[in-house]
Amino acid sequence: MTTVIATVRPHAWDFPLFLHVLGAMILVGGLLAGAACLGLARGDSRFLRLGYRSLLVVALPGWLVMRVGAEWIASKEGWNDKGVPTPRWLDIGFFLADVGGLILLISLIVGGIGVRRLRAGRGTTLLRTTLALSVVLLGAYVVAVWAMAGKPS
Amino acid sequence: MSFVDWALVVHVLSAFAYVAGLVVFWVLVVAVRRTDTPAETLRMEPIVKVGGVAVGVGAVGTIVVGIYLAFAVGNYAIWDGWIIAALVLWAISGALGQRTGAAYMQGMNKAKELDAAGKTGPDEGLLALNRTQAGLILHSLTSLAVLLILLDMIFKPGA
Repeated sequence: MTTVIATVRPHAWDFPLFLHVLGAMILVGGLLAGAACLGLARGDSRFLRLGYRSLLVVALPGWLVMRVGAEWIASKEGWNDKGVPTPRWLDIGFFLADVGGLILLISLIVGGIGVRRLRAGRGTTLLRTTLALSVVLLGAYVVAVWAMAGKPS
Repeated sequence: MSFVDWALVVHVLSAFAYVAGLVVFWVLVVAVRRTDTPAETLRMEPIVKVGGVAVGVGAVGTIVVGIYLAFAVGNYAIWDGWIIAALVLWAISGALGQRTGAAYMQGMNKAKELDAAGKTGPDEGLLALNRTQAGLILHSLTSLAVLLILLDMIFKPGA
């Protein structure tokens, strides 16, 4: 693996990788901001809305940039070619990215309904669900970073 | 996975924590611009702490493990141009980040003073401090420095 770290990539791979990593960092930042605002709001509707908006305006675009970058770099490296077996770390990364994206979408839909209910003064249960899903996603993406950076065989 | 592999994982996770902390602060920078009461300003303090912990852990983790990796990984040396550039940018981002924190703490301190004096209503002076232009510029520059570190780490100019 040390050899892998020391290997210099072809420069044509650098920009897609940059896009992928930047998107992933924005995604994780949006999730942390969202979870922090939702978790520490203590029922304050302004902070609950702020938490939801962090997920919608920061985490979701971050996920999109990360996923587009992932596909781009995977194709550059030839992992999308027919008959090429993909390594386990890449399978883990793609699985967590896609399942994570689905969970993010569900959390945004649930949270969106939660924000509407909040305006009507009907409790914060759905936004607490969004918080729980955000925390699960943060954990999942820590595993994804481990897989992408450590590249376990 | 070898020890060096694990070190790389910690290095990258630290970088994620650093950027995630900066994103938390961006969310707060935007939110605080419409905050003119002491109570609402003070409600942001726990979230500031989350951002602060993420930035702190990220900054220490990236530099300590990064320097270790520069010595441990063959082909790389601590005096490589791109590694020196990263170290300089890391120091710049840290210094700018500290000044950003100081700029925004003026609003937090003012909110504490108003709260202690029993003034709970909207306050023009507090709003002006919360909308600090200096803080906004400093946070933008901190983010730019970290973005340049990421570019440097991936493109490795000269390597």
